[in-house]
Amino acid sequence: MGMAYGHNHAWESVFSFPIGGLELLCDSVKIHNVNVEPQDGAKKLDMKDLLTWVRGNLIKERPEMFMKGDTVRPGILVLVNDCDWELSGQLTTTLEDKDVVVFISTLHGG
Amino acid sequence: MESNGGDASRILREIETLKATKSEIEQRISALEAQLREIKVDHGNDAILNGSCPPISTNHSDFGHGLSPDMVYRYSRHLLLPTFGVQAQSNILKSSILVIGAGGLGSPALLYLAACGVGRLGIVDHDVVELNNMHRQIIHREEYIGQPKVKSAAAACLSVNSTINIVEHKEALRTSNALDIMSQYDVVVDATDNAPSRYMISDCCVVLGKPLVSGAALGLEGQLTVYNYNGGPCYRCLFPTPPPTTACQRCADSGVLGVVPGIIGCLQALEAIKIASTVGEPLSGRMLLFDALSSRIRIVKIRGRSLQCEVCGENATFSRLRFQEFDYEKFTQSPLSTSPLKLNLLQADYRISSKEYKEKIVNGEPHVLVDVRPQHHFKIVSLPSSMNIPLPSLETRLSEISSALEGESDEKGTNSRSGPQLYVVCRRGNDSQRAVQYLHKMGFTSAKDIIGGLEGWARDVDPNFPTY
Ligand SMILES: [Zn+2]
Repeated sequence: MGMAYGHNHAWESVFSFPIGGLELLCDSVKIHNVNVEPQDGAKKLDMKDLLTWVRGNLIKERPEMFMKGDTVRPGILVLVNDCDWELSGQLTTTLEDKDVVVFISTLHGG
Repeated sequence: MESNGGDASRILREIETLKATKSEIEQRISALEAQLREIKVDHGNDAILNGSCPPISTNHSDFGHGLSPDMVYRYSRHLLLPTFGVQAQSNILKSSILVIGAGGLGSPALLYLAACGVGRLGIVDHDVVELNNMHRQIIHREEYIGQPKVKSAAAACLSVNSTINIVEHKEALRTSNALDIMSQYDVVVDATDNAPSRYMISDCCVVLGKPLVSGAALGLEGQLTVYNYNGGPCYRCLFPTPPPTTACQRCADSGVLGVVPGIIGCLQALEAIKIASTVGEPLSGRMLLFDALSSRIRIVKIRGRSLQCEVCGENATFSRLRFQEFDYEKFTQSPLSTSPLKLNLLQADYRISSKEYKEKIVNGEPHVLVDVRPQHHFKIVSLPSSMNIPLPSLETRLSEISSALEGESDEKGTNSRSGPQLYVVCRRGNDSQRAVQYLHKMGFTSAKDIIGGLEGWARDVDPNFPTY
Protein backbone atom coordinates (compact mmCIF):
# COMPACT_ATOMS: atom_id res chain seq x y z
CA MET A 1 0.00 0.00 0.00
CA GLY A 2 2.13 2.83 -1.23
CA MET A 3 5.81 3.05 -2.12
CA ALA A 4 8.64 4.30 -0.01
CA TYR A 5 10.17 7.59 -1.07
CA GLY A 6 13.19 7.22 -3.31
CA HIS A 7 16.06 8.52 -1.22
CA ASN A 8 18.34 5.95 0.30
CA HIS A 9 17.97 6.66 3.94
CA ALA A 10 18.46 3.66 6.15
CA TRP A 11 15.49 2.33 8.13
CA GLU A 12 12.92 4.01 6.03
CA SER A 13 9.61 2.30 6.62
CA VAL A 14 6.31 2.86 4.93
CA PHE A 15 3.51 1.99 7.19
CA SER A 16 -0.18 2.40 7.16
CA PHE A 17 -3.40 2.02 9.13
CA PRO A 18 -5.62 0.94 6.29
CA ILE A 19 -8.41 -0.99 7.93
CA GLY A 20 -10.53 -0.47 10.98
CA GLY A 21 -10.51 3.21 11.74
CA LEU A 22 -7.08 3.37 13.40
CA GLU A 23 -6.25 6.31 11.16
CA LEU A 24 -8.67 8.32 13.28
CA LEU A 25 -6.09 8.21 16.04
CA CYS A 26 -3.58 10.10 13.92
CA ASP A 27 -5.33 12.95 12.12
CA SER A 28 -7.12 10.62 9.66
CA VAL A 29 -3.90 9.90 7.81
CA LYS A 30 -3.79 6.29 6.66
CA ILE A 31 -0.36 6.02 5.09
CA HIS A 32 2.80 7.39 6.64
CA ASN A 33 6.25 7.33 5.11
CA VAL A 34 8.63 7.52 8.02
CA ASN A 35 12.31 7.46 8.79
CA VAL A 36 13.04 5.90 12.15
CA GLU A 37 16.53 5.62 13.63
CA PRO A 38 17.51 2.59 15.73
CA GLN A 39 17.70 3.43 19.41
CA ASP A 40 20.78 3.71 21.62
CA GLY A 41 23.20 3.28 18.76
CA ALA A 42 21.84 -0.18 17.95
CA LYS A 43 22.55 -1.41 14.45
CA LYS A 44 19.09 -2.74 13.74
CA LEU A 45 15.58 -1.43 14.07
CA ASP A 46 12.91 -3.80 15.33
CA MET A 47 9.15 -3.63 15.75
CA LYS A 48 9.48 -2.69 19.42
CA ASP A 49 11.42 0.41 18.38
CA LEU A 50 8.88 1.23 15.69
CA LEU A 51 5.92 0.94 18.11
CA THR A 52 7.65 3.22 20.59
CA TRP A 53 8.28 5.70 17.81
CA VAL A 54 4.68 5.52 16.51
CA ARG A 55 3.27 6.05 19.98
CA GLY A 56 5.52 9.03 20.55
CA ASN A 57 5.21 10.66 17.13
CA LEU A 58 2.00 9.68 15.36
CA ILE A 59 -0.75 8.77 17.81
CA LYS A 60 -2.48 12.04 18.54
CA GLU A 61 -5.23 10.85 20.88
CA ARG A 62 -6.38 7.90 22.96
CA PRO A 63 -3.13 5.84 22.90
CA GLU A 64 -5.02 3.00 24.63
CA MET A 65 -6.85 2.45 21.33
CA PHE A 66 -3.51 1.49 19.78
CA MET A 67 -1.31 0.03 22.50
CA LYS A 68 -1.54 -1.98 25.69
CA GLY A 69 1.65 -2.30 27.68
CA ASP A 70 4.58 -2.37 25.26
CA THR A 71 2.66 -4.03 22.41
CA VAL A 72 -0.44 -3.38 20.34
CA ARG A 73 -3.82 -3.70 22.05
CA PRO A 74 -5.94 -6.86 21.58
CA GLY A 75 -7.82 -6.87 18.27
CA ILE A 76 -5.03 -5.31 16.20
CA LEU A 77 -3.17 -7.43 13.65
CA VAL A 78 0.30 -6.31 12.71
CA LEU A 79 1.58 -7.14 9.23
CA VAL A 80 5.16 -6.73 8.12
CA ASN A 81 5.32 -6.90 4.32
CA ASP A 82 1.85 -8.48 4.17
CA CYS A 83 2.75 -11.16 6.72
CA ASP A 84 1.37 -11.58 10.23
CA TRP A 85 4.12 -10.51 12.67
CA GLU A 86 3.50 -13.71 14.65
CA LEU A 87 5.37 -15.43 11.82
CA SER A 88 8.40 -13.14 12.10
CA GLY A 89 8.82 -12.81 15.87
CA GLN A 90 6.33 -10.10 16.90
CA LEU A 91 8.15 -7.29 18.74
CA THR A 92 11.56 -8.72 17.83
CA THR A 93 10.86 -8.62 14.08
CA THR A 94 13.81 -6.84 12.49
CA LEU A 95 12.87 -4.14 10.00
CA GLU A 96 14.72 -3.50 6.78
CA ASP A 97 14.85 -0.43 4.61
CA LYS A 98 11.51 0.17 2.85
CA ASP A 99 9.61 -2.45 4.80
CA VAL A 100 5.86 -1.96 4.81
CA VAL A 101 4.18 -2.27 8.19
CA VAL A 102 0.39 -2.33 8.38
CA PHE A 103 -1.81 -2.17 11.47
CA ILE A 104 -5.29 -3.61 11.14
CA SER A 105 -8.06 -3.30 13.65
CA THR A 106 -10.41 -6.25 13.44
CA LEU A 107 -13.96 -5.39 12.29
CA HIS A 108 -17.15 -6.88 13.71
CA GLY A 109 -19.84 -5.12 11.73
CA GLY A 110 -22.06 -6.61 9.09
CA MET B 1 -60.11 14.52 13.58
CA GLU B 2 -60.82 11.62 15.92
CA SER B 3 -62.49 9.55 13.20
CA ASN B 4 -59.70 10.40 10.70
CA GLY B 5 -57.13 8.99 13.10
CA GLY B 6 -59.28 5.90 13.58
CA ASP B 7 -59.62 5.43 9.81
CA ALA B 8 -55.87 5.74 9.28
CA SER B 9 -55.01 3.13 11.86
CA ARG B 10 -57.74 0.80 10.54
CA ILE B 11 -56.31 1.12 7.01
CA LEU B 12 -52.76 0.58 8.27
CA ARG B 13 -53.88 -2.56 10.11
CA GLU B 14 -55.60 -3.87 7.00
CA ILE B 15 -52.50 -3.19 4.87
CA GLU B 16 -50.36 -5.12 7.37
CA THR B 17 -52.77 -8.07 7.32
CA LEU B 18 -52.92 -8.10 3.52
CA LYS B 19 -49.12 -7.92 3.23
CA ALA B 20 -48.73 -10.89 5.57
CA THR B 21 -51.32 -12.89 3.62
CA LYS B 22 -49.65 -11.94 0.33
CA SER B 23 -46.24 -13.20 1.43
CA GLU B 24 -47.75 -16.44 2.74
CA ILE B 25 -49.53 -17.01 -0.57
CA GLU B 26 -46.31 -16.33 -2.49
CA GLN B 27 -44.42 -18.86 -0.39
CA ARG B 28 -47.19 -21.43 -0.88
CA ILE B 29 -47.09 -20.89 -4.66
CA SER B 30 -43.31 -21.40 -4.68
CA ALA B 31 -43.64 -24.62 -2.69
CA LEU B 32 -46.41 -25.96 -4.95
CA GLU B 33 -44.43 -25.10 -8.07
CA ALA B 34 -41.48 -27.05 -6.69
CA GLN B 35 -43.77 -30.04 -5.98
CA LEU B 36 -45.17 -29.83 -9.50
CA ARG B 37 -41.70 -30.02 -11.00
CA GLU B 38 -40.98 -33.15 -8.95
CA ILE B 39 -44.21 -34.75 -10.19
CA LYS B 40 -43.31 -33.97 -13.81
CA VAL B 41 -39.91 -35.59 -13.42
CA ASP B 42 -41.42 -38.71 -11.78
CA HIS B 43 -44.13 -38.89 -14.41
CA GLY B 44 -41.52 -38.84 -17.14
CA ASN B 45 -39.82 -41.83 -15.55
CA ASP B 46 -43.12 -43.70 -15.21
CA ALA B 47 -43.72 -43.29 -18.90
CA ILE B 48 -40.38 -44.92 -19.63
CA LEU B 49 -41.07 -47.80 -17.26
CA ASN B 50 -44.55 -48.37 -18.77
CA GLY B 51 -43.00 -48.76 -22.15
CA SER B 52 -45.26 -46.16 -23.75
CA CYS B 53 -42.12 -44.35 -24.89
CA PRO B 54 -39.28 -46.18 -26.52
CA PRO B 55 -36.59 -46.67 -23.82
CA ILE B 56 -34.01 -44.61 -25.66
CA SER B 57 -33.95 -41.91 -23.04
CA THR B 58 -32.51 -43.01 -19.72
CA ASN B 59 -33.20 -42.24 -16.10
CA HIS B 60 -31.01 -39.25 -15.12
CA SER B 61 -29.55 -41.19 -12.22
CA ASP B 62 -27.82 -43.42 -14.76
CA PHE B 63 -25.25 -40.67 -15.38
CA GLY B 64 -24.00 -41.05 -11.83
CA HIS B 65 -24.29 -37.37 -10.91
CA GLY B 66 -27.93 -37.36 -9.86
CA LEU B 67 -28.85 -34.18 -11.74
CA SER B 68 -32.34 -34.12 -13.24
CA PRO B 69 -32.82 -32.64 -16.74
CA ASP B 70 -34.14 -29.46 -15.13
CA MET B 71 -31.06 -29.27 -12.94
CA VAL B 72 -28.73 -29.82 -15.88
CA TYR B 73 -30.40 -26.90 -17.63
CA ARG B 74 -30.60 -24.63 -14.56
CA TYR B 75 -26.93 -25.09 -13.60
CA SER B 76 -25.59 -25.53 -17.16
CA ARG B 77 -23.19 -22.55 -16.92
CA HIS B 78 -21.60 -24.16 -13.87
CA LEU B 79 -21.43 -27.53 -15.63
CA LEU B 80 -19.67 -25.89 -18.57
CA LEU B 81 -16.80 -24.71 -16.37
CA PRO B 82 -13.96 -27.20 -16.77
CA THR B 83 -12.68 -26.48 -13.23
CA PHE B 84 -16.15 -26.81 -11.70
CA GLY B 85 -18.29 -29.10 -13.81
CA VAL B 86 -20.92 -31.63 -12.94
CA GLN B 87 -19.05 -33.17 -10.00
CA ALA B 88 -18.69 -29.86 -8.14
CA GLN B 89 -22.32 -28.98 -8.88
CA SER B 90 -23.40 -32.37 -7.60
CA ASN B 91 -21.41 -31.71 -4.40
CA ILE B 92 -23.16 -28.34 -3.97
CA LEU B 93 -26.58 -29.91 -4.44
CA LYS B 94 -25.81 -32.40 -1.67
CA SER B 95 -24.31 -29.82 0.68
CA SER B 96 -25.81 -27.86 3.54
CA ILE B 97 -24.74 -24.32 4.49
CA LEU B 98 -25.83 -22.18 7.43
CA VAL B 99 -25.80 -18.38 7.12
CA ILE B 100 -25.94 -16.63 10.49
CA GLY B 101 -27.35 -13.13 10.02
CA ALA B 102 -29.65 -12.01 7.18
CA GLY B 103 -28.28 -8.46 7.09
CA GLY B 104 -25.77 -6.62 4.92
CA LEU B 105 -23.38 -9.56 4.57
CA GLY B 106 -25.99 -12.30 4.65
CA SER B 107 -28.19 -10.73 1.95
CA PRO B 108 -25.96 -11.31 -1.09
CA ALA B 109 -24.42 -14.44 0.44
CA LEU B 110 -27.86 -16.06 0.79
CA LEU B 111 -29.02 -15.04 -2.68
CA TYR B 112 -25.94 -16.52 -4.35
CA LEU B 113 -26.01 -19.67 -2.24
CA ALA B 114 -29.70 -20.19 -3.06
CA ALA B 115 -29.10 -19.49 -6.74
CA CYS B 116 -26.21 -21.95 -7.01
CA GLY B 117 -28.30 -24.81 -5.61
CA VAL B 118 -27.03 -25.49 -2.10
CA GLY B 119 -29.18 -28.49 -1.09
CA ARG B 120 -30.12 -27.22 2.34
CA LEU B 121 -29.68 -23.56 3.19
CA GLY B 122 -30.24 -22.46 6.80
CA ILE B 123 -30.84 -18.86 7.88
CA VAL B 124 -30.48 -17.64 11.48
CA ASP B 125 -31.77 -14.20 12.49
CA HIS B 126 -34.10 -12.86 15.17
CA ASP B 127 -34.51 -9.31 13.85
CA VAL B 128 -37.26 -7.71 11.82
CA VAL B 129 -36.72 -5.77 8.57
CA GLU B 130 -36.45 -2.02 9.11
CA LEU B 131 -36.43 0.90 6.68
CA ASN B 132 -32.84 1.81 7.59
CA ASN B 133 -31.72 -1.72 6.56
CA MET B 134 -32.87 -1.37 2.97
CA HIS B 135 -29.83 0.50 1.61
CA ARG B 136 -27.60 -2.54 2.13
CA GLN B 137 -29.70 -5.58 3.04
CA ILE B 138 -30.71 -6.17 -0.55
CA ILE B 139 -32.45 -9.50 0.03
CA HIS B 140 -35.40 -7.75 1.71
CA ARG B 141 -38.29 -6.03 -0.11
CA GLU B 142 -40.16 -2.98 1.19
CA GLU B 143 -43.32 -5.01 1.76
CA TYR B 144 -41.46 -7.02 4.41
CA ILE B 145 -40.66 -4.03 6.62
CA GLY B 146 -41.75 -4.98 10.13
CA GLN B 147 -41.63 -8.71 9.40
CA PRO B 148 -38.96 -11.21 10.47
CA LYS B 149 -35.78 -11.06 8.36
CA VAL B 150 -35.66 -14.86 8.24
CA LYS B 151 -39.11 -15.00 6.67
CA SER B 152 -38.28 -12.26 4.17
CA ALA B 153 -34.92 -13.81 3.25
CA ALA B 154 -36.40 -17.30 2.88
CA ALA B 155 -39.11 -16.00 0.53
CA ALA B 156 -36.50 -14.17 -1.57
CA CYS B 157 -34.27 -17.28 -1.78
CA LEU B 158 -37.24 -19.45 -2.77
CA SER B 159 -38.25 -16.99 -5.46
CA VAL B 160 -34.76 -17.37 -6.96
CA ASN B 161 -34.58 -21.13 -6.57
CA SER B 162 -37.66 -23.05 -5.45
CA THR B 163 -35.92 -26.42 -5.78
CA ILE B 164 -33.73 -26.07 -2.70
CA ASN B 165 -34.60 -26.66 0.93
CA ILE B 166 -34.59 -23.47 3.02
CA VAL B 167 -34.58 -23.81 6.80
CA GLU B 168 -35.74 -20.81 8.85
CA HIS B 169 -34.18 -20.43 12.29
CA LYS B 170 -36.10 -17.45 13.63
CA GLU B 171 -34.15 -17.06 16.85
CA ALA B 172 -31.06 -15.38 18.22
CA LEU B 173 -28.03 -17.65 18.24
CA ARG B 174 -27.12 -18.48 21.84
CA THR B 175 -24.86 -21.02 23.53
CA SER B 176 -28.07 -22.92 24.35
CA ASN B 177 -29.11 -23.49 20.71
CA ALA B 178 -25.89 -23.01 18.69
CA LEU B 179 -24.65 -26.62 18.92
CA ASP B 180 -28.02 -27.98 17.88
CA ILE B 181 -28.46 -25.59 14.94
CA MET B 182 -24.89 -25.56 13.62
CA SER B 183 -24.45 -29.34 13.83
CA GLN B 184 -27.07 -29.71 11.07
CA TYR B 185 -24.82 -28.07 8.44
CA ASP B 186 -21.54 -28.75 6.61
CA VAL B 187 -20.33 -25.13 6.33
CA VAL B 188 -21.07 -22.08 8.51
CA VAL B 189 -21.09 -18.48 7.22
CA ASP B 190 -20.66 -15.81 9.91
CA ALA B 191 -22.58 -12.77 8.69
CA THR B 192 -23.23 -11.29 12.16
CA ASP B 193 -22.38 -7.83 13.40
CA ASN B 194 -20.88 -8.07 16.88
CA ALA B 195 -17.85 -9.38 18.76
CA PRO B 196 -19.50 -11.88 21.16
CA SER B 197 -21.30 -13.61 18.26
CA ARG B 198 -18.02 -13.92 16.37
CA TYR B 199 -16.27 -15.64 19.30
CA MET B 200 -19.31 -17.85 19.98
CA ILE B 201 -19.67 -18.97 16.35
CA SER B 202 -15.96 -19.69 15.95
CA ASP B 203 -15.79 -21.68 19.20
CA CYS B 204 -18.87 -23.68 18.22
CA CYS B 205 -17.34 -24.44 14.81
CA VAL B 206 -14.19 -25.76 16.53
CA VAL B 207 -16.24 -27.91 18.90
CA LEU B 208 -18.26 -29.33 15.98
CA GLY B 209 -15.37 -29.44 13.47
CA LYS B 210 -17.08 -27.18 10.92
CA PRO B 211 -15.32 -24.79 8.54
CA LEU B 212 -16.28 -21.14 9.11
CA VAL B 213 -16.45 -18.43 6.43
CA SER B 214 -16.09 -15.18 8.32
CA GLY B 215 -16.77 -11.73 6.86
CA ALA B 216 -17.06 -8.26 8.37
CA ALA B 217 -17.72 -4.78 7.05
CA LEU B 218 -17.89 -1.33 8.56
CA GLY B 219 -17.77 2.13 7.07
CA LEU B 220 -15.85 1.73 3.84
CA GLU B 221 -13.80 -1.31 4.80
CA GLY B 222 -14.21 -5.05 4.81
CA GLN B 223 -12.40 -8.20 5.95
CA LEU B 224 -12.73 -11.84 4.98
CA THR B 225 -11.12 -15.12 5.98
CA VAL B 226 -11.88 -18.81 6.50
CA TYR B 227 -11.39 -20.26 10.00
CA ASN B 228 -11.07 -23.80 11.29
CA TYR B 229 -10.53 -25.25 7.83
CA ASN B 230 -8.22 -28.18 7.25
CA GLY B 231 -5.95 -27.52 10.24
CA GLY B 232 -5.98 -23.75 9.80
CA PRO B 233 -6.42 -21.20 12.60
CA CYS B 234 -9.64 -20.39 14.43
CA TYR B 235 -10.84 -16.90 15.36
CA ARG B 236 -9.26 -17.22 18.82
CA CYS B 237 -5.88 -18.21 17.39
CA LEU B 238 -5.87 -14.76 15.80
CA PHE B 239 -7.64 -12.82 18.54
CA PRO B 240 -7.10 -14.67 21.85
CA THR B 241 -8.12 -11.58 23.85
CA PRO B 242 -11.21 -9.55 22.91
CA PRO B 243 -10.62 -5.91 21.95
CA PRO B 244 -11.75 -3.13 24.31
CA THR B 245 -15.44 -2.36 23.79
CA THR B 246 -14.53 1.16 22.62
CA ALA B 247 -12.85 -0.47 19.59
CA CYS B 248 -15.98 -2.43 18.60
CA GLN B 249 -17.87 -0.07 16.37
CA ARG B 250 -21.30 -0.95 14.99
CA CYS B 251 -22.87 -0.02 11.64
CA ALA B 252 -25.74 1.61 13.55
CA ASP B 253 -23.28 4.04 15.15
CA SER B 254 -20.45 4.43 12.66
CA GLY B 255 -22.33 3.96 9.39
CA VAL B 256 -21.58 1.69 6.45
CA LEU B 257 -21.68 2.20 2.69
CA GLY B 258 -24.27 -0.32 1.50
CA VAL B 259 -22.25 -1.91 -1.26
CA VAL B 260 -19.26 -2.66 1.01
CA PRO B 261 -20.89 -5.50 3.01
CA GLY B 262 -22.42 -6.51 -0.34
CA ILE B 263 -18.96 -7.14 -1.77
CA ILE B 264 -17.76 -9.01 1.31
CA GLY B 265 -21.00 -11.04 1.42
CA CYS B 266 -20.49 -12.08 -2.22
CA LEU B 267 -16.96 -13.20 -1.38
CA GLN B 268 -18.33 -15.18 1.59
CA ALA B 269 -20.71 -16.98 -0.78
CA LEU B 270 -17.75 -17.73 -3.05
CA GLU B 271 -15.64 -19.21 -0.23
CA ALA B 272 -18.60 -21.28 1.02
CA ILE B 273 -19.22 -22.58 -2.52
CA LYS B 274 -15.54 -23.52 -2.89
CA ILE B 275 -15.56 -25.43 0.40
CA ALA B 276 -18.90 -27.17 -0.26
CA SER B 277 -17.91 -28.19 -3.79
CA THR B 278 -14.29 -29.01 -2.83
CA VAL B 279 -13.05 -26.85 -5.68
CA GLY B 280 -10.16 -24.40 -5.43
CA GLU B 281 -8.19 -23.09 -2.50
CA PRO B 282 -10.22 -21.56 0.34
CA LEU B 283 -8.95 -18.39 2.03
CA SER B 284 -7.58 -20.17 5.09
CA GLY B 285 -4.40 -18.89 6.74
CA ARG B 286 -4.85 -15.74 4.69
CA MET B 287 -7.03 -12.67 5.15
CA LEU B 288 -8.51 -10.40 2.53
CA LEU B 289 -8.63 -6.71 3.42
CA PHE B 290 -10.81 -4.40 1.36
CA ASP B 291 -10.50 -0.62 1.40
CA ALA B 292 -13.36 0.79 -0.70
CA LEU B 293 -12.23 4.41 -0.51
CA SER B 294 -8.89 3.80 -2.19
CA SER B 295 -10.05 0.78 -4.24
CA ARG B 296 -7.46 -1.50 -2.69
CA ILE B 297 -7.69 -5.18 -1.91
CA ARG B 298 -4.79 -6.88 -0.21
CA ILE B 299 -4.48 -10.48 0.82
CA VAL B 300 -2.14 -11.05 3.72
CA LYS B 301 -0.68 -14.17 5.25
CA ILE B 302 -1.86 -14.78 8.80
CA ARG B 303 -0.59 -17.16 11.48
CA GLY B 304 -1.55 -20.84 11.42
CA ARG B 305 -3.31 -22.74 14.18
CA SER B 306 -1.86 -21.73 17.52
CA LEU B 307 -0.70 -24.60 19.72
CA GLN B 308 -1.55 -22.44 22.74
CA CYS B 309 -5.07 -21.61 21.51
CA GLU B 310 -7.55 -22.06 24.35
CA VAL B 311 -10.15 -23.55 22.05
CA CYS B 312 -8.38 -25.39 19.22
CA GLY B 313 -4.82 -25.66 20.61
CA GLU B 314 -2.85 -28.77 21.49
CA ASN B 315 -3.97 -29.02 25.10
CA ALA B 316 -7.32 -27.31 24.73
CA THR B 317 -10.17 -28.81 26.71
CA PHE B 318 -12.94 -26.77 25.19
CA SER B 319 -15.82 -29.27 25.17
CA ARG B 320 -19.48 -28.94 24.25
CA LEU B 321 -20.25 -28.47 27.93
CA ARG B 322 -17.60 -25.74 28.31
CA PHE B 323 -19.10 -24.03 25.27
CA GLN B 324 -22.64 -24.14 26.61
CA GLU B 325 -21.52 -22.64 29.92
CA PHE B 326 -19.27 -19.95 28.41
CA ASP B 327 -20.48 -16.37 28.92
CA TYR B 328 -19.61 -14.58 25.65
CA GLU B 329 -21.17 -11.28 26.70
CA LYS B 330 -19.02 -11.19 29.82
CA PHE B 331 -15.92 -12.31 27.89
CA THR B 332 -16.23 -9.48 25.34
CA GLN B 333 -17.96 -7.00 27.65
CA SER B 334 -20.58 -6.38 24.98
CA PRO B 335 -24.12 -7.63 24.32
CA LEU B 336 -24.99 -10.40 21.84
CA SER B 337 -28.14 -8.63 20.74
CA THR B 338 -27.86 -5.45 18.72
CA SER B 339 -29.94 -3.36 21.09
CA PRO B 340 -28.12 -0.10 21.68
CA LEU B 341 -26.36 0.70 24.93
CA LYS B 342 -28.44 2.49 27.58
CA LEU B 343 -26.25 4.20 30.15
CA ASN B 344 -27.51 5.44 33.49
CA LEU B 345 -24.74 7.62 34.85
CA LEU B 346 -26.57 10.50 36.47
CA GLN B 347 -28.73 11.15 39.50
CA ALA B 348 -32.38 11.87 38.69
CA ASP B 349 -32.25 15.65 39.26
CA TYR B 350 -29.46 16.00 36.66
CA ARG B 351 -31.88 14.76 33.99
CA ILE B 352 -35.11 15.84 32.31
CA SER B 353 -37.43 14.05 29.90
CA SER B 354 -37.96 15.32 26.37
CA LYS B 355 -41.55 16.23 27.30
CA GLU B 356 -40.32 18.36 30.19
CA TYR B 357 -37.85 20.06 27.89
CA LYS B 358 -40.68 20.79 25.44
CA GLU B 359 -42.57 22.57 28.26
CA LYS B 360 -39.52 24.70 29.02
CA ILE B 361 -39.46 25.85 25.37
CA VAL B 362 -43.21 26.54 25.38
CA ASN B 363 -42.88 28.57 28.61
CA GLY B 364 -39.97 30.52 27.13
CA GLU B 365 -37.65 29.63 30.02
CA PRO B 366 -34.12 30.97 29.45
CA HIS B 367 -31.72 28.15 28.63
CA VAL B 368 -28.88 26.97 26.42
CA LEU B 369 -29.08 23.64 24.56
CA VAL B 370 -25.78 21.94 23.72
CA ASP B 371 -25.83 19.08 21.20
CA VAL B 372 -22.75 16.88 21.76
CA ARG B 373 -23.08 14.68 18.67
CA PRO B 374 -20.36 14.68 15.96
CA GLN B 375 -20.71 17.47 13.42
CA HIS B 376 -21.81 15.13 10.57
CA HIS B 377 -24.67 13.91 12.77
CA PHE B 378 -25.66 17.51 13.60
CA LYS B 379 -25.88 18.21 9.86
CA ILE B 380 -28.50 15.46 9.41
CA VAL B 381 -30.96 17.00 11.86
CA SER B 382 -30.91 19.11 15.02
CA LEU B 383 -33.24 20.86 17.45
CA PRO B 384 -33.81 24.59 16.83
CA SER B 385 -31.30 26.98 18.45
CA SER B 386 -29.07 24.19 19.72
CA MET B 387 -25.30 24.69 19.61
CA ASN B 388 -23.12 21.84 18.38
CA ILE B 389 -20.09 21.03 20.54
CA PRO B 390 -19.03 17.41 19.83
CA LEU B 391 -18.19 15.51 23.02
CA PRO B 392 -14.44 15.12 22.28
CA SER B 393 -14.03 18.91 21.94
CA LEU B 394 -16.16 19.81 24.98
CA GLU B 395 -13.10 20.24 27.19
CA THR B 396 -11.61 22.95 24.98
CA ARG B 397 -14.88 24.77 24.23
CA LEU B 398 -16.31 25.37 27.72
CA SER B 399 -15.92 29.13 27.29
CA GLU B 400 -18.44 29.05 24.42
CA ILE B 401 -20.99 27.55 26.78
CA SER B 402 -20.23 30.17 29.43
CA SER B 403 -20.74 33.04 27.00
CA ALA B 404 -23.92 31.48 25.60
CA LEU B 405 -25.30 31.26 29.14
CA GLU B 406 -24.34 34.91 29.80
CA GLY B 407 -25.94 36.00 26.52
CA GLU B 408 -29.15 34.16 27.38
CA SER B 409 -29.20 35.77 30.82
CA ASP B 410 -28.74 39.30 29.34
CA GLU B 411 -31.42 38.75 26.75
CA LYS B 412 -34.15 37.21 28.88
CA GLY B 413 -33.30 38.90 32.19
CA THR B 414 -32.08 37.25 35.36
CA ASN B 415 -35.35 37.43 37.29
CA SER B 416 -35.66 33.66 37.38
CA ARG B 417 -34.15 32.27 40.56
CA SER B 418 -31.27 30.29 39.18
CA GLY B 419 -30.47 32.00 35.88
CA PRO B 420 -30.50 30.28 32.50
CA GLN B 421 -30.43 26.48 32.54
CA LEU B 422 -28.02 24.33 30.58
CA TYR B 423 -29.37 21.28 28.72
CA VAL B 424 -27.38 18.69 26.82
CA VAL B 425 -28.69 16.40 24.10
CA CYS B 426 -27.24 13.68 21.85
CA ARG B 427 -28.63 10.91 19.64
CA ARG B 428 -29.76 8.37 22.25
CA GLY B 429 -28.94 9.93 25.61
CA ASN B 430 -25.59 8.28 26.45
CA ASP B 431 -22.99 10.88 25.41
CA SER B 432 -25.21 13.62 26.87
CA GLN B 433 -24.88 11.94 30.28
CA ARG B 434 -21.10 11.76 29.93
CA ALA B 435 -21.10 15.45 29.00
CA VAL B 436 -23.32 16.43 31.95
CA GLN B 437 -21.11 14.46 34.31
CA TYR B 438 -18.10 16.41 33.05
CA LEU B 439 -19.92 19.77 33.05
CA HIS B 440 -20.90 19.40 36.70
CA LYS B 441 -17.29 18.61 37.54
CA MET B 442 -16.32 21.83 35.75
CA GLY B 443 -18.81 23.93 37.73
CA PHE B 444 -21.79 24.05 35.36
CA THR B 445 -24.20 23.11 38.12
CA SER B 446 -27.39 23.62 36.10
CA ALA B 447 -26.40 21.08 33.41
CA LYS B 448 -29.02 18.41 32.72
CA ASP B 449 -29.23 15.77 30.00
CA ILE B 450 -32.35 15.18 27.95
CA ILE B 451 -33.26 11.55 28.62
CA GLY B 452 -33.29 9.36 25.52
CA GLY B 453 -31.77 12.06 23.31
CA LEU B 454 -33.21 13.03 19.94
CA GLU B 455 -34.67 9.53 19.52
CA GLY B 456 -36.68 10.15 22.70
CA TRP B 457 -37.73 13.57 21.37
CA ALA B 458 -38.97 11.99 18.13
CA ARG B 459 -40.79 9.25 20.02
CA ASP B 460 -42.41 11.32 22.78
CA VAL B 461 -42.69 14.89 21.49
CA ASP B 462 -42.45 15.23 17.71
CA PRO B 463 -43.17 12.11 15.63
CA ASN B 464 -42.20 14.05 12.47
CA PHE B 465 -38.67 14.65 13.75
CA PRO B 466 -36.33 12.53 11.58
CA THR B 467 -34.50 9.63 13.23
CA TYR B 468 -31.55 7.80 11.74
ZN1 LIG C 1 -7.69 -21.57 17.77
